[in-house]
Amino acid sequence: MSTSLMLLILLSVPLCAAVVLAFVGDRRLAPEINILGSAATFAAGLGLALEVYEVGPMLAGGNFFFVDAFNVYLSVLTSFVSMTTAIFSRRYMRREREHGRVGHVGMRFYHAMFQLFIFAMLLCLLTNNIGVLWIAMELATLSTVLLVSLYRTPTAIEAAWKYFILCGVGISQALFGTVLLYFAAEKVLGEGGDALLWTNLSQVSGQLEPTVLSLAFVFLMVGYGTKVGLVPLHNWLPDAHSEGPTPISAVLSGLLLNIALYALVRCKVLVDGSTHTHRAGNIMMGFGLLSILVAAFSLLRQKDIKRMFSYSSIEHMGIATFAFGLGGPIATFGALLHMLVHSLAKSAIFFTVGHASQMHRTQEMDRIKGLFRGNPLVGWGMMFGVMAIVGMPPFGIFTSEFLILTATIKDAPLMTPFLLLGLGVAFAALLRKVQPMVAGEVPDYQKSMKVAHLPVVLHMALVLVIGVYLPDFLSQWFHTAVELLK
Amino acid sequence: MDIETVASLSSFLAALVLLTAFAMLVQKRIYSLIHLFAWQGLLLSANTAVVGYVAAKHHLYISSLLTLSLKVVLLPYILHVLIHRLKIRKEIETIVNVPMTMLIGLALVIFSYHLTAPVRELSSLVTRSTLAVALATVLIGLLMMITRKHAVTQIIGFLAMENGLFFAATSATYGMPLVVELGVALDILIAAFIFGIFFFHINTAFDSLDVEKMAKLKEVD
Repeated sequence: MSTSLMLLILLSVPLCAAVVLAFVGDRRLAPEINILGSAATFAAGLGLALEVYEVGPMLAGGNFFFVDAFNVYLSVLTSFVSMTTAIFSRRYMRREREHGRVGHVGMRFYHAMFQLFIFAMLLCLLTNNIGVLWIAMELATLSTVLLVSLYRTPTAIEAAWKYFILCGVGISQALFGTVLLYFAAEKVLGEGGDALLWTNLSQVSGQLEPTVLSLAFVFLMVGYGTKVGLVPLHNWLPDAHSEGPTPISAVLSGLLLNIALYALVRCKVLVDGSTHTHRAGNIMMGFGLLSILVAAFSLLRQKDIKRMFSYSSIEHMGIATFAFGLGGPIATFGALLHMLVHSLAKSAIFFTVGHASQMHRTQEMDRIKGLFRGNPLVGWGMMFGVMAIVGMPPFGIFTSEFLILTATIKDAPLMTPFLLLGLGVAFAALLRKVQPMVAGEVPDYQKSMKVAHLPVVLHMALVLVIGVYLPDFLSQWFHTAVELLK
Repeated sequence: MDIETVASLSSFLAALVLLTAFAMLVQKRIYSLIHLFAWQGLLLSANTAVVGYVAAKHHLYISSLLTLSLKVVLLPYILHVLIHRLKIRKEIETIVNVPMTMLIGLALVIFSYHLTAPVRELSSLVTRSTLAVALATVLIGLLMMITRKHAVTQIIGFLAMENGLFFAATSATYGMPLVVELGVALDILIAAFIFGIFFFHINTAFDSLDVEKMAKLKEVD
């Protein structure tokens, strides 16, 4: 099958599914259609990846789309995690419906917006036009705003409003950065849509005016950095991730942050090519390191389980941003791997967190107890997930953090103690907080319930496999991506 | 019209845009605020048409029309309807420290001129001097969002920022490619739909559109 056809399927399936689900509404089969749609998207993503693996990077749809090793692996990841999240959310959302937390309109909205969100993320990844990239990023925000406020509680509405306003403001800065980038590009490439195509820009990046690009990068960094959740632009993130329904927390933490980081890295490549200095990288390292430290110390003070794990997402995005900023083959390889394994592990954790909070009807960690005995899958799933996320071997995050740490010791030795401090504090904080939740007796208010096994097991197995043995095709892929980002 | 006349006309319109931005910063009545917003949109639309004429860029006429229909007609209309339905017509916001806000606004304008200086030097467009005004409009919109505590005024500040961005695109590069402009307009439309829903939710949950009342989510209890 030709690439453009595959791309068309990949993008149109979630869009059509969104329309279909908007009509199906709260009928009995809606969750199944949601799963089916995401599974078809995943299949198309895999097909596209195989094609790119064989023939290399390619353009499609009249230069409008561009696929290379970097974005195709993120597309597969995005479609995979959205599929497992759809599987998880089938039971989860049905139970929320029974508990009366979501109504009839809410369910219709939930399914349609979930698919629209996936569409927006895939469009972000696959478009070749950095203007369209911005539009799709905004669309991804807008489609999730009302999902965050789905429960209509005052706190949920507050969180969603914050999300809407802060991300809206942030992303406007990125648009200004894009305008400046276009200004510089137009001088070299001439007017019109071609001057915003990434493939063209990356070819001529050496001729772009460095002063303008440095200025543009500041705006792009603030804009996309807000969406990545980098400190000090992270205020919206813990609220939005903790107040929305858990499947949404899983995709926000696991996917949307990655996409924003992807946008930032694409811009950084252009700026580096133009300025020939390490300034953009240094800015990213600064933001990254600050995020790691602030998030690690914030972890210690959390009482709400979802809030805690959203701080952990900030920490991990900080690590990846830091590593991309550091640059060089090892750090970039580590960052790419980190995006992959963090996304898998974090969404698995959110799945177990969702089950645990439903079993106890609360998100307060003090009230969650005895998960090992109450429900071994949830208990052990959470335990292994946390062990993976804090970077214990043999899980994949150990590998990526080890690579990043090695590169730091070599290229930026002065940063090493700070990085280690952040990792150490996060390690201690998370393990200490999780232990009382999983161990101990089952409290009398805990309700047993059927849980979705597949998503958690699948994710954790993948994180483990990647940690023990990185498959050849994957490492080759990363190597190609590292070359692209040089 | 020769280039000189057009350039000064464009600068004049830019000055008026900045003036509306300042007026919005301290306007207390929500109705008047919406009118100011519509005026700003009209000035932008006119400016875009003028730039389109002088630069002979026909796609700018389309963006001018788009601005006219979206920011002068549709969005103010939506806001009017919402305010009417939510019965907040007479609400007057107290703004703390008007002189201070104005001074910060002035500082932002100077900062914008300073920041865009390298771009101005590189540009050969007649509209290059208005880029600083555009950035100032963005920043003043941001300032408005920070200082105001009402959901509707925050949204108007947000839309004013969007105006500034559009203005920046026109003055720095004679507008972004059409596909991007259309996409941005679509995003604004969806955003309008969302904040419309939001106003009702906030009003039901908090009995008011005062954002200050939303302060439940804190770092530590």
